Amino acid sequence: MSATLEKGVRVLKEVIDAPIASYFNSCVHCGLCAEACLFYTETGDPKYTPIHKLEPLRRIYEQEYTVLGRLKKMIGLSKPVTDAELDEWQELVYNSCTLCARCSSVCPVGNDIVYMVRKFREGMSASGHAPEGIKGAVNRTVTIGSPMGVKLPAVQAQMKHVEEDYGLPIPLDAEGAEYMVLLSSMEIINFPEYLGAIAKIMQQAGKSWTLCSTAFEATNAGMQIGNSDLARVIVSRIVEGAEKLKVKTVISPECGHAYTALRWEGANLVGRPFSFEVKHILEVLGEFQQQGLLKTEGFETDKLTFHDPCQLARRGGVIKQQRSLMNQVAKNFVEMPDAGYMNWCCGGGGGASAIEEGEPLRLEAFKRKKAQLDSVRPDRLVTACANCRIVLEEGLEHYQMDIPVIGLTEMIAEHIPKKGG
Amino acid sequence: MNDLQFLTWVRGTGLNIAVSIFLLGVFWRLFEIYSLGHKKDLSAPRHASGASGLHTVFRRSLPPPGMLKRSPVSYIGGYIFHIGLFIVVFGFAPHILLIKSLTGLSWPALPSQFVNLAAIVTMAAMVVVLFDRINKPVKRFLSTFEDWFTWAVTFLPVLTGWMAFEHMLLPYTTMLALHILSVQLLLVVLPFTKLFHVFTLFGSRWYNGRVNGHKGVPV
Repeated sequence: MSATLEKGVRVLKEVIDAPIASYFNSCVHCGLCAEACLFYTETGDPKYTPIHKLEPLRRIYEQEYTVLGRLKKMIGLSKPVTDAELDEWQELVYNSCTLCARCSSVCPVGNDIVYMVRKFREGMSASGHAPEGIKGAVNRTVTIGSPMGVKLPAVQAQMKHVEEDYGLPIPLDAEGAEYMVLLSSMEIINFPEYLGAIAKIMQQAGKSWTLCSTAFEATNAGMQIGNSDLARVIVSRIVEGAEKLKVKTVISPECGHAYTALRWEGANLVGRPFSFEVKHILEVLGEFQQQGLLKTEGFETDKLTFHDPCQLARRGGVIKQQRSLMNQVAKNFVEMPDAGYMNWCCGGGGGASAIEEGEPLRLEAFKRKKAQLDSVRPDRLVTACANCRIVLEEGLEHYQMDIPVIGLTEMIAEHIPKKGG
Repeated sequence: MNDLQFLTWVRGTGLNIAVSIFLLGVFWRLFEIYSLGHKKDLSAPRHASGASGLHTVFRRSLPPPGMLKRSPVSYIGGYIFHIGLFIVVFGFAPHILLIKSLTGLSWPALPSQFVNLAAIVTMAAMVVVLFDRINKPVKRFLSTFEDWFTWAVTFLPVLTGWMAFEHMLLPYTTMLALHILSVQLLLVVLPFTKLFHVFTLFGSRWYNGRVNGHKGVPV
């Protein structure tokens, strides 16, 4: 056994807990999880059945934590997990799983399959079987500070542009601000409108806010690759920044996994509860809306639909806010089939979009999104995750569908009247 | 050993052995699984109505939106044979007498002709789900020896019980003894195969519901 495999197996043994044991013992091989997985429904290949993606983990559970399994192992009746096998499983655990959790939502015996995939990735990463694309993103986040290699000067340059364009100040390191705003690299590079939108929204609401020079990046590739040690390093920057600036709330940007990493995994990664709250920007907008702090004028009149990011809706519990916000600024908002809790993934979540060799499969799986869109034929598609947005744009382009994709926060901000105007 | 001696053995020593293995097996397996424990969730919870472990224990008995249409045989066949097994096991008068003699617990029985019908429907549904397992690529792909074996050990008690009731094929005493023997086989393998989901599915649904309920998501 190679040293890395040994390490991987040790990590896998460590991540197995009572829920995982219960889940493996409950599986009756009914295959219903496959029906919920877009990588199966769009390819028809049974190897993409979610529970099958966990087979090496199941065997390690059986061989290490059950009497019968240990007995079988002792007399040489069990098949050990090998490097070759884990290598084969890379495609199943990363390329064809976006941690979307539809499987966990349908399993009749109640197995939280995505919980297990997330844990399995810890062992895959430790044994060196994670895809190069995500490895690169993690290295850049740890060494440079962002998965796309964005450094503070780039953020400052963008702050300056936005200040000029919008005529609004972008505070940096303002101690005691109510909100600390995080960005995703994607927003810094591709969607600068987001920062301008925040400035407008905060000004109207009369809230104090700030960016943090040591923690501006929200995304966490460490979580996506399945390396809790690196995920902890990345999340700790945000925790330290928020505590240094003594903010009440940290706002996770329009990025699904950033939200999961900070809101649900963050405290567990650093090993203590946070002294501040974590909210997704749509939760904050929802609160402003309820408190009457979000006043907009005019409506979008073309046909709009909303793509729910998995980590925000199914995995994050933010489902109502986006609908209520859409209705505040859109006259013709239509829902796709399965919208909300059971929405289908864009196909590129969970780090999958960073895997170059996974692109053909991603585009194949995108047929599911295409079918959803074809049934309502919207003029534009609104979402609240920069990664979904990029993946959706790629898919739409591939299938030659002329549907622009926009972020909900910027759309809302466009309807905020200019101060004094 | 003649028929009567065989029947006496399965009703006495055989039953004792099987029930003992079953009980010890169940307790051991439950301990083995749930003593592994899990870490406390340190993230701030978000409360939402309908989101808890207990909610999911019940809610997961119903197909989520869109799923019935995608896999009708799994759901309808599954409902029929599970409910059918329940009726046959706990509704038939002689079964209730046996349970009473073992535990002291008792309840009114269903008419034996109704239980007989339930047994036939259960077997039919089990045959259908077996064909579905052979026919559907995903199910066939996932299936191992254990899946075919556990199907058989679940099917046999229903078949032999029904045949004993109908006085079919073999003398009643022999068939009854075979029926009890097949139940013993079922009891012995249950804790150590996927049939153990009878117990763990409650824990699994509860964990899933609780983890997601912590996030305010009713799963």
